[in-house]
Amino acid sequence: MSVNLQLLDLQKNYRSVKALKSVSLNLQGNKIVVLLGVNGAGKTTLMRIMAGLENPDSGKIFFNNQNTDDKALRQVSTLVFQKTAMFTMNVYDNLAFGLKIRKVPKEEIPKSVDEALHAVRLSGFEKRRAKRLSGGEQQRIALARAFLLDSHVLLLDEPTANLDPNSATIIEKAIISKKSSQRIIVMATHNLSQARRMADEIVHIHNGEVVEVAKPADFFETPTSEITRKFINGELDF
Amino acid sequence: MADIIVEAFQQALNLITSGNPEVYATVYRTIYVAGLGTLLSCVWSIPISVFLGLYNFRGKWFIKGVFNALIGIPTVALGLFLYLLLSRQGEFGFLHLLYTLNGIAIGQAILVTPIIVSFTANALGAADTQLRDLAKTLGASGFRTNLTLIRETVWSMVLSITGAFNRGFGELGIATIIGGSLLGETRVLTTSIALEINFGHFDTAMAYAIILMAIVIALALTISLIEHVRNEDMSWSKLAFWSGLGGR
Repeated sequence: MSVNLQLLDLQKNYRSVKALKSVSLNLQGNKIVVLLGVNGAGKTTLMRIMAGLENPDSGKIFFNNQNTDDKALRQVSTLVFQKTAMFTMNVYDNLAFGLKIRKVPKEEIPKSVDEALHAVRLSGFEKRRAKRLSGGEQQRIALARAFLLDSHVLLLDEPTANLDPNSATIIEKAIISKKSSQRIIVMATHNLSQARRMADEIVHIHNGEVVEVAKPADFFETPTSEITRKFINGELDF
Repeated sequence: MADIIVEAFQQALNLITSGNPEVYATVYRTIYVAGLGTLLSCVWSIPISVFLGLYNFRGKWFIKGVFNALIGIPTVALGLFLYLLLSRQGEFGFLHLLYTLNGIAIGQAILVTPIIVSFTANALGAADTQLRDLAKTLGASGFRTNLTLIRETVWSMVLSITGAFNRGFGELGIATIIGGSLLGETRVLTTSIALEINFGHFDTAMAYAIILMAIVIALALTISLIEHVRNEDMSWSKLAFWSGLGGR
């Protein structure tokens, strides 16, 4: 049976700004769900709420049909940030951080780290200082670090933004390889061609509201929302 | 003027090499009070910094502002205040700390507290947002997240503690008022300099000043070297090789 994450009427305000107005979604495992939207549409806020890093002002979140709070969400999800963050440690310790917290037996960690680095084509980088790597390499390390935790909900906030095409392709392949019935992958982007390449389902967010949920073919060929049509055609004023 | 400086350098070398026990004792006392004062201050400054840096509460901006303002507190003002507290009629007169090295150390501990608190709290606050989120999303508890943030800013802490030590090492007001500059007992480098100037012994005063500055510069360079090794990910043997210090 596939895992599922249900968001029910989520609302979030930052003072007078309504970041999320009323977002409801039903997300299933074995799918890559792409959150599309312009800057400031509410994608990152939604990702942070799904990661348990912020609480919604109202609304409910159910994981596998159980009402879930932020603490429980952090146990089942991992977020890869748009702006990569690295601890002042070497690559190995950055990758092992989450495993140590989850009390993975010490003898298993080196093998897991090695496999994760292999998945993002950075084998042999264990002893390098993470903060001294290039932007693309750091993003791949961040992805490997998230992969290692084997979370049920993998959240990726614009994981290929500002990367060269080669690094972007490596990351896209690595993400696709992680599809599983026991994992929901949600990726935020404003790159339409990437959404077309990777998504099993596209969710279009605009001004804190979900305006379209569709499979890629339907989304791009026959969008039901006028906002989505304008967004696809680059005619959206925001 | 140049003659005085050259003479002072010679005098400083003479003082250092002559084995004059009072010179060594003065240097020792200066390091002792600054070191003890800094260590004492760390006992309360680090927890205060962690609290101010990692937790949000009403009025935090005000408390941080007060600590920032106190960085520049005049040492004579603090010395006078402490003198009144530590003198025989004062609230803490029973501790008999006036005209003792430990009295100076306590005064310096209070003096350097705003330096450690302000710089460490700011470093923790700056590291906070993104690394806090990262630690949390990787599964860290609140306590573990805070430990991670402290670990991430440990070098900023070292720098602020070094700055605090230097402030204590070079201050005059507290050492004079609380210590009294008693020969062989509470005389430290700064009070020695002041006294030698009063006696018109400018070369000796300059010699003490050179020793004082040499120690401060040596400490700063040592910290910079450690930072360099740390940043460059160099081993000490490699560093020695490249510096021409090691090898055959």
